[in-house]
Amino acid sequence: MTTVIQFLIDVLSLGGAYALMALGLVIVYGILRLVNFAYGELIMIAGYVLYLMSGSGLPWLVMAFMGVLAAIATGIATDYIAFRPVRAKSVTAVLITSFAFSTLLQNAALLLVSPRPRPIPLPDLFSTTVEFLGVVTPARNLITILAAFILLSLFLFVMRYTIIGLAMRAAATNFRMARMLGVPANLVISSAFAISGLLAGVASLLWLGRIGSVVPGVGLEPLLIAFIATVLGGMRSLEGAVLGGFLLAFIDTGLNYLLPQDLLKFRDAFTFSFVILVLLWRPQGLIKGPASGDRT
Amino acid sequence: MLEVIDLEVRYGSIAAVKGIRFSVAPGALATLLGANGAGKSSTLLAIAGALPVAKGKILFDGVDVTGKKPEQMVQAGLAMVPETRDVFPDLTVDENLRLGAYTRLRDKSGVASDRERLFALFPRLQERKEQAAGTLSGGEQQMLVIARAMMARPKVLLLDEPSLGLAPVVVDQLFAMIAELKALGTTILLVEQNATKALQVADSAFVLRQGKIATEGRASDIAARQDLNALYLGGGM
Repeated sequence: MTTVIQFLIDVLSLGGAYALMALGLVIVYGILRLVNFAYGELIMIAGYVLYLMSGSGLPWLVMAFMGVLAAIATGIATDYIAFRPVRAKSVTAVLITSFAFSTLLQNAALLLVSPRPRPIPLPDLFSTTVEFLGVVTPARNLITILAAFILLSLFLFVMRYTIIGLAMRAAATNFRMARMLGVPANLVISSAFAISGLLAGVASLLWLGRIGSVVPGVGLEPLLIAFIATVLGGMRSLEGAVLGGFLLAFIDTGLNYLLPQDLLKFRDAFTFSFVILVLLWRPQGLIKGPASGDRT
Repeated sequence: MLEVIDLEVRYGSIAAVKGIRFSVAPGALATLLGANGAGKSSTLLAIAGALPVAKGKILFDGVDVTGKKPEQMVQAGLAMVPETRDVFPDLTVDENLRLGAYTRLRDKSGVASDRERLFALFPRLQERKEQAAGTLSGGEQQMLVIARAMMARPKVLLLDEPSLGLAPVVVDQLFAMIAELKALGTTILLVEQNATKALQVADSAFVLRQGKIATEGRASDIAARQDLNALYLGGGM
């Protein structure tokens, strides 16, 4: 029984972080039909802001808030620098500009900070363990579950009940029609990037809280995770991104529990095989999402 | 109210609209007729700002609005219902209507009363307001996109082929409704394949042929012409 609870906590905490990452990627993809390859750098930026503030003596929550704010600002900057100038021109152009922006940010971190890992400040709570339902688990796992739950609920509320959320959902199905109702294209896109930054910023706290340090290339793995989770869940659907995140965490954690020690280093190979099997069965991903729709 | 001056619309090197000129008076209902590919939809999309204007000018309420974005046109008071009948299928009927009022976020009471008024006009929509718009029938979806456009309280409404693919009895209801919208004071520019129906509700008519205006006049005069079909196809001039 305790193993089951332990397993559930592991899946939910890893899945919560994965779901936030995936949702942040898909909110932009849904509207623009373009993958933001500079997405991982939002996670990196939040980490470096935390590192740079580590000597400041500010309360951790203030530093965390600044980190998330930096991720949001970088998200919006991605729109202005990498997407907006070439958005209407071609998909290839945006692909290249978003890669370029990603490289630019990584190199800035290399140049201005260091290629070596830098420790990020974390509250003591992140390194303590607690007993929960008879299971001893790191407190950060429960924090992750709670944070993911709060953020996902907030996201759901915004998308369902606010006019900007409605406008984003409408723009994701049919951007031109949304504009013909007076929804300003740039506002919707910038909002999507800002939400993407918020999700990435919080995911960064939770993710880097596990690692404890930040390096310039730290964003690659979250980008990959987010990408796989969204492909798995369905690139077009917000619910799919969340589902994909939790499913990927379930597969990862399941393999961690089941694989013998000497096969564990090949875990990702097993994970990807599973993903391929799922995609053979459902090439569109698990949730298909709304049909059709033009870009810009 | 709406004035189109020497409008040209191009798709690459192909001109779809080759310099047309017409105007619609305030409160009037004008119809653009013509065969497939005559340039009717391109004209409407260009007026709504959804297609670039290659040449010419569009005046709205006396102001030059050429080259404005679609969202700016809605803000200025011009709403369009495209022929693709684009409901947002995953959003409920009510959410679709809320989006229609996107430009009137501050006017909460006005929006609420317009919603009630439109529900009175389209009772089917009220019955189905919590339903996903994608589950409505074709006729209901057409009602929804028109109602949604009206939520912006536009001064001018552009309707592109509203009767396309609808059952005859639904087409009758639809035209009754269009007449009702006109009676409420909305200026309407209607593109239709169903010329007979369109000419019954319109004040004036313009017949487009291959991107040019072949003939124009009062709707009743155009309707009385024996050679209407020939005009469409280019034989009768």
